Amino acid sequence: MNGRRTFLRGFLSVLLSGGAIGGILKILPSKADAREAPPKGQKWYGFGVSVDKCIGCARCMDACKTENNVPREPFFFRTWVERYIIRKNGATTVKAIEPNVEPSPETASDKSILRSFFVPKLCNQCASPACVQVCPVGATFQTKDGVVLVNEKTCIGCRYCIQACPYGARYLHPVTHTADKCTFCYHRISQGLLPACVEVCPTQARIFGDLNAAASPMSRFLRMNKIHVLKPGLNTEPKVYYASLDGEVR
Amino acid sequence: MNPELIRNLHDLLPQIQGYIYPNEIEIHWGLLIVVYPYITGVVAGAFILASLVKVFNVTEVQPLYRLSLLTALAYLLVAPMALVSHLGHPGRFYEILLTPNTSSAMAMFGFVYAWYLMGVLLLEIWFVHRTDMIEWAEHETGVMRFIHRTLALYSRDTGEVAVSFDHKALKVITIVGIPSAFLLHGYVGFIFGSIKANPWWSSVLIPIVFLFSAIVSGIALVILLYMILTPLTGGKISMRCVDKAVDFLFYAVIVDFSLELVDFIHRVYQSEEEIKILSEMVMSKLFASLIIIQVLLGMLVPLLLISLTKIFKKRFHLNEDLRKMVYFVAVILIQFGIFATRWNVVIGGQMFSKSFRGLTTYKMEFGGLEGLLYAIFLLALPIIILAVLTKILPPWKEMHGQPASESAEAAGS
Ligand code: SF4
Ligand code: SF4
Repeated sequence: MNGRRTFLRGFLSVLLSGGAIGGILKILPSKADAREAPPKGQKWYGFGVSVDKCIGCARCMDACKTENNVPREPFFFRTWVERYIIRKNGATTVKAIEPNVEPSPETASDKSILRSFFVPKLCNQCASPACVQVCPVGATFQTKDGVVLVNEKTCIGCRYCIQACPYGARYLHPVTHTADKCTFCYHRISQGLLPACVEVCPTQARIFGDLNAAASPMSRFLRMNKIHVLKPGLNTEPKVYYASLDGEVR
Repeated sequence: MNPELIRNLHDLLPQIQGYIYPNEIEIHWGLLIVVYPYITGVVAGAFILASLVKVFNVTEVQPLYRLSLLTALAYLLVAPMALVSHLGHPGRFYEILLTPNTSSAMAMFGFVYAWYLMGVLLLEIWFVHRTDMIEWAEHETGVMRFIHRTLALYSRDTGEVAVSFDHKALKVITIVGIPSAFLLHGYVGFIFGSIKANPWWSSVLIPIVFLFSAIVSGIALVILLYMILTPLTGGKISMRCVDKAVDFLFYAVIVDFSLELVDFIHRVYQSEEEIKILSEMVMSKLFASLIIIQVLLGMLVPLLLISLTKIFKKRFHLNEDLRKMVYFVAVILIQFGIFATRWNVVIGGQMFSKSFRGLTTYKMEFGGLEGLLYAIFLLALPIIILAVLTKILPPWKEMHGQPASESAEAAGS
């Protein structure tokens, strides 16, 4: 009796630990520089932002709300623009600019200001998206061309994805009661059009395109600039690439 | 659109400090999600108290055995209500069970819950009460007889073989049950702890801290119920039992406190990017709920009170009433403390911006599904369920220190 029990116990523990180790090996990335490679021969969308070109006119925010039926209240945004003012004493103030309110040109006269700039923000369409990982029902998913979407028919409105997104890109739509965020205007890009914000930006601070395409404004943008992404330490591998991004931006 | 929500958010605008991402004004997990881990914590804690009797043979707390099982069940039944009612689409809840996303911590809820309810708690309660139900049914008439017959699944066998099988089954269930209770609540901690975007939550210690605070809240609540219900049902509080349970409570609070202290020291010493905004939050928005209620009133004062009864043993042992009163105050304070712990984790985790540049405020609603009234209802509901359960499966005899039945006596030894 005892012998059998010991044997069984040993057998089970080997089985369990073996399975566990195998599972862990599968989950762990095999290389230090391992990265979600864009699948070959297929579209893999990305987005570029030239921080230096943005003049904070908020046309993109406006166009986005119109194009995607985003509620007008200032609590729901698929894209927004932040204004950074960094002073000589090191103090940094940040504000999201309000549409239809001209940003005050305080920078010109104020001598205490070291530098100041605008940063457009949107969902980073992460290659390894935290939001997709946590959605309990798979309502948030990644398309083959690398865009993260929410299926509003199956989303149960648990808001876990909103908590998991490090960039504040998501909100709960007050009408549908489901999670919502930037889709790169999926309905437009799948017809060969540009996202609405890219279309209206007067300075071409926003660039959109297929990262796999050899020659496109997007690949040119990536070739001609030093690139940074937001919060790279979280390993979400964003596909919104920033040129001339300041270290103060989070 | 919900005009009340919009109005609330407008009210919050002027209260924002610093910069927060514009989508962060709305606090997404409100009071209900505070109630949820509080409730599952009580379940896990009460069950672990019950296991002390069965697995570790701590016979002193035998009077608490059935009461803690019933308490665990009453709270467990309410836990999913808090979760489901906070959803944007409560009617789609079944999707979690039908099409769970295996990479999501939350998707496992249904399975962990079902396992714990059916695989552990109901089974244990059934085996504990089986022979009693048969016995009760024999002396009853009408509805109660029917209820007990049915609940006993029409088993009639009170022979020695059957009873000893009950005991064996109970042992196994409890042994399986302890890791399951750990799983149930550690898992709730993991839902928060695995969110790398949120440095207030993201910590390997969170599941363990949750576990120990669960044990604390469960034991404290059962002691409280025992101290209230026993005199009400005409029994005498067994101080031997309460002393022992308070002993365990004392150690659990110490472990819980040390774990949280370690977490705190670790954060302050590492002093990463987010430390400034987190300390600003602790010192302003969370000061009352974290420093005063959770740490001071919820942990240090009860620890001090219980220590006093230990240090001045002689004096307190002469005066049982005094000791009772000290315990009573301590367990009530601990309940508030643990509730504040849940609050600080859940609400605190959403009050600072993920840009680490600003703070927002939580404005509690009064009515509605996310409101205070409903939360109070959810907190009161387990007590009502418990009252019904004790009608069906009365734990009084055991609580009053008489053997509930021959089988229970045998099980206890
Ligand atoms: S930015 Fe946020 S919402 Fe967008 S894909 Fe990444 S994690 Fe998801
Ligand atoms: S809110 Fe919707 S999309 Fe987001 S995690 Fe929950 S079910 Fe998924």
